[in-house]
Amino acid sequence: MQILKAVAAFGFALAASQTTAQTEITFWHAMGGELGESTNQIAENFNASQNDYRVVPVFKGTYEEALTAGIAAFRAGEQPNILQVFDAGAATVIGAKGATVPVQDLLESNGVDFNIEDYISGVRYFFADSDGKMIGMPFNSSSPIMYYNADALEAAGVTPPETWEEFQSVTAPALKEAGYTALAQSHLPWIFTENFMSRHNLPFATNNNGYDGLDTQILVNNDALKAHFTALTDWQEKGYFEWFGTGWGDNQTPFEEGKVAIWLGSSGSFGGLAAKDLGFEFSATNLPYWETVTTEPTQTFIGGAALFAMSGKSDEENAATAAFFDFLTKPETQYLWHRETGYVPITTAAYELAKADGYYEEAPAAEVGIQQLSLPAGENTAGYRMGFYVQIRDVMNREYGRILTGETSVEDAFANIEKEANDLLSRFARTQG
Amino acid sequence: MKRAGFVNRWLPMLLLAPQLVIIAIFFYWPAAHALHSSFFLQDPFGFGSTFVGWENYTDLAGNSEYRRIAWFTVLFTCLVTFFSLALALLLAVKADKVIRGARTYRTLIMWVYAVAPPVAGFIGVIMFNQSWGPLTRVFEYFGHDMTLGVNYNDTAFAMVLVSIWKQVPVNFIFFLSGLQSIPKSIREAALIDNRSASGRFWDVTFPLLAPTGFFLLIINITYALFDTFGVIDTLVKGEPGNNPMTLVYKVYVDGFRGNDLGGSSAQSVILMVLVLILTVVQFRLVERRIHYT
Repeated sequence: MQILKAVAAFGFALAASQTTAQTEITFWHAMGGELGESTNQIAENFNASQNDYRVVPVFKGTYEEALTAGIAAFRAGEQPNILQVFDAGAATVIGAKGATVPVQDLLESNGVDFNIEDYISGVRYFFADSDGKMIGMPFNSSSPIMYYNADALEAAGVTPPETWEEFQSVTAPALKEAGYTALAQSHLPWIFTENFMSRHNLPFATNNNGYDGLDTQILVNNDALKAHFTALTDWQEKGYFEWFGTGWGDNQTPFEEGKVAIWLGSSGSFGGLAAKDLGFEFSATNLPYWETVTTEPTQTFIGGAALFAMSGKSDEENAATAAFFDFLTKPETQYLWHRETGYVPITTAAYELAKADGYYEEAPAAEVGIQQLSLPAGENTAGYRMGFYVQIRDVMNREYGRILTGETSVEDAFANIEKEANDLLSRFARTQG
Repeated sequence: MKRAGFVNRWLPMLLLAPQLVIIAIFFYWPAAHALHSSFFLQDPFGFGSTFVGWENYTDLAGNSEYRRIAWFTVLFTCLVTFFSLALALLLAVKADKVIRGARTYRTLIMWVYAVAPPVAGFIGVIMFNQSWGPLTRVFEYFGHDMTLGVNYNDTAFAMVLVSIWKQVPVNFIFFLSGLQSIPKSIREAALIDNRSASGRFWDVTFPLLAPTGFFLLIINITYALFDTFGVIDTLVKGEPGNNPMTLVYKVYVDGFRGNDLGGSSAQSVILMVLVLILTVVQFRLVERRIHYT
């Protein structure tokens, strides 16, 4: 009996302590390595900044793995409060209405001021619905930019190319002469397809790039894009361009080793590059464009990932999530994240803070991503929304790889991508029925 | 003759129950689920789904990429099975003859067995590194530019090589113990009858090893079809791209990467049926010709 009493007392004590304790929320992310440390740092800062809530970040592997883990957990009713979902998974998570609480609703219902105009132009609508309501909070936003080995360009007597025409007629031949492979890039679907369309303000898919409906058709089989890939194979033959495989790092390494003079990567790669002792000066600038396609190049859109508030959580927990999101958008948090990782600050206020602090004077290359995202917008620069997009990217990677290893022609490859992507899109449309 | 048996008919059931429960939970239940989802197109989060009948299967049949992967799987399985069995047999026969330092030789051959598939794959990634991999250098010496992750055939070669390397030790252990269980008297009799070592091997040793070989054949085909997943995933560095892949990896790519539950379920049902057919064929045809001692 004594024991029973003790147990009961202990139980009451436990229950009591829980009611007074902080509300704890979980945050599943895909930020490994240094990025993971910065993510943990931000969570710790949030936990230290107040006493009501505690956020617990959990690393779940790659972007694909994090999304799959989140989906499996949701189906089992064990979903985290916050799930990080990457650009290609946007249609999946946003399409599943009821899986998440739109971030805009979450913030507004918890009394946090929200104005989408506070966000930087290229960031605003990628994770929004067709009415422009923000569904996912853009967390780690990056854009593809052009890094260059300043020493190599100086040795070759050229400046970073503004257009692809300049690259192929002036920059690349001079760099080859100087003993460099002129160009490499790390993500063909992201840099040379999605953002290629945005940079040239070309429609990427029907239905307003997929935002307005499910019966979307992809528009990759177009002359501008095919001409670009034909040029790539031509440059490859001439020794101006080299492709080292589908993996990101395989293409970044030759740049770091000083073999490749110009590398197209993510603005988020800046932190990593700056931390390394490369043995040469590097800088960055905007992605080139084809003057034959457009004379008024537009902005690129963001890659990276957004944070989604999963549904099925209590009001207290949602309040905690809202508080954490509010903390994330604070200029100081964004500036810290921007400086540590190289991802762009997502709000204008944070950008102003970084400028006022003189950050871009010491690291001008860090500003390129945000400048490029703030270039003039067009009707095709908000982003895209396509279902089964992870698989569509895999199809692109496969066909592009075949083009660059001479296994297929540009014409056949794009016909294949168009067909397979459209099949996947119509399959996705039916999963939503 | 009196048959030995249980008096109580519930006791054997009870003793079998743990095994049956495990099979039911970890095989029949998921298999039934896979079969069910293969007839639907399903929203990953589980909100919407559309019944599509056999469409997931007919889509696969009409998909040229799926056929290409199926052919690669067949070729890959044949190569890996043949070479890992042949090399292991060769090594076992040679190791069986070693008298001095036999244990050291055996241990050296066997220790690779302890390497996990992803680690084996990672070793492959290092050996075939595009700029400084030792094996890339060897190929360079012979005038071939080996590019793992770029060239389809090069990547396929690396996958086959690493998978064989990883599997040889297992086969070696079994073959060696098979060889050592051949009675000395038979060997000595054969020695008198036939002076040619290779003749003795093919006429006497090989048939006596057949039960071991048959068992290993099944194990190796299963290994090449399924257990090479870790090797493949590491060698393609998580990016399928234009790299070769096996059917199992494709199930993972579509299901776990792409969240296409219906399509990948149909693929796994196809694999299940294939394995079923394979097993029946193996036991029906091959086993009849093998005499267990």
